[in-house]
Amino acid sequence: MAKNTIIPFGPQHPVLPEPIQLRLVLDEERVVSAIPVVGYVHRGLEKLAEQKDFLQDTYLIERICGICSFIHSLTYSMGIESMMGLTPPPRAQYLRVIWSELHRMHSHLLATGLLADSFGFENLFMQLWRTREHIMDAMEATTGARVLLGTCCIGGVRKDVSEELLKSVLQTLVTVEKELDEHMPVLLNDYSVKQRLCGVGILDKQVAYERGAVGPTARASGIAMDLRTQGYAAYGELDVEPMVETDGDCYARTKVRVRELYQSLNIIRQAIGKIPSGSINVPFKTKPDGEVISRAEQPRGEVLYYLKGNGTDMLERLRVRTPTFANIPPVLAMLAGCELADVGVIVISIDPCISCTER
Amino acid sequence: MFNAVSKSPWVVHFNCNSCNGCDIEFLACLTPHYDVERFGILHIGNPKHADVLVVTGSVNNRNARVLQNVYNQIPDPKVVVAMGVCTSSGGVFAGCYNILGNVDLVIPVDVFVPGCPPRPEAMIDGIVKAVGILERKRKGEIFPTAPKPLCKFKPSEEQSAEKTAIKEEKTV
Repeated sequence: MAKNTIIPFGPQHPVLPEPIQLRLVLDEERVVSAIPVVGYVHRGLEKLAEQKDFLQDTYLIERICGICSFIHSLTYSMGIESMMGLTPPPRAQYLRVIWSELHRMHSHLLATGLLADSFGFENLFMQLWRTREHIMDAMEATTGARVLLGTCCIGGVRKDVSEELLKSVLQTLVTVEKELDEHMPVLLNDYSVKQRLCGVGILDKQVAYERGAVGPTARASGIAMDLRTQGYAAYGELDVEPMVETDGDCYARTKVRVRELYQSLNIIRQAIGKIPSGSINVPFKTKPDGEVISRAEQPRGEVLYYLKGNGTDMLERLRVRTPTFANIPPVLAMLAGCELADVGVIVISIDPCISCTER
Repeated sequence: MFNAVSKSPWVVHFNCNSCNGCDIEFLACLTPHYDVERFGILHIGNPKHADVLVVTGSVNNRNARVLQNVYNQIPDPKVVVAMGVCTSSGGVFAGCYNILGNVDLVIPVDVFVPGCPPRPEAMIDGIVKAVGILERKRKGEIFPTAPKPLCKFKPSEEQSAEKTAIKEEKTV
């Protein structure tokens, strides 16, 4: 038997926007197994969160990840609110949905763009990121920031959005939908794209379930799991269905993201149509006490917060389980048996977010 | 041939310890809306082809060596642009147990771009400044490294000991 070779993939690699190392054990050109080596982006944020008070933490938590920052602070705020028995007003709940879905759209466009870049389709990468800029503009118009919004606070949101601005968001969505209609057939029907994606990195439903896949990775393998159907924030009053594909390959994962882009457009339109008027946050004087688990659906899957308070300003413990952390065991299952040339595409197809994972 | 270096500087990007905020804003600079390619700037993955190193985030024990390796592989003349406030002081993460601190502990930095995250316009300005410095370095003018924004965070004794250890290693 030929001796296996070990090739390091990363931490600095053209397809990886973030540093993670995968040690690929190779038999000729075929990957036998992959060993993840992490720790390049570890900051120790959970410990830092215990040293700051729970109001400051809302903004610190956003810095876990710059891509899904709003949903991080939303999940944290929901946890603290349930500990203190607060119910945010309905308008705040709807605004939270709108910003969450804008975040999901920009994240999915980013991920699909990076995927296109990873198989060398640079033109499509540029076009998708051009579309993404419309959404960034909408976020900037409504919150004042492009990436780290800082609008979610405990008890509601910090900033109200006027009716004219909501109308301009709807206008933006029309532009975005028109551009998506142009780009998505290229992504989904192009012969060379299908050659790189179809049948690559297959994840069985059973393996996905056993290894605890979440988000688009799980849904592309046929697991209908979407936390938005549980109805947190205002999702209970909106029409949300999990987008499920059954093939479990890179193409299915991309297709799930594309369908979710259209779904997000629909959800934002529903939310803007139904948004009630009223206050945007509730005052409070209590301190968080007790322990709670809070979950939400991020662009990459389910995020889980464990929070423990002791009646003081500081939290006793804050623990985050992020979607990419849950998706690393499934991606190792996908990598076993694939070609070396497909490793980049497979890793990018789960939309890895290393700074979430390592915090 | 040397003239081409400053006319079309190629950029390699290394994410040190960043939260992704700066990274996606830097990638946004490359795409049609902001389009740094009009300055001839091209983003590539190989440090051996690059003239400009873009760093985001602060340094920790694990990635300091990787950052140094990437820097050493870039051929001279080279410039370093540090994006975001984390690169100059550790930013919001200053004081975390795993943060050594600013990037210029490990490699010399030519331009700091402040902000959390900086706007793409600020990043483009930083890169264009760096291209000017690259031109002067190419002509042989020695250019001082950038003045660092003031840092309020004072590292603990253990951390400063680690920092001096890194500096010593660098001088050896």
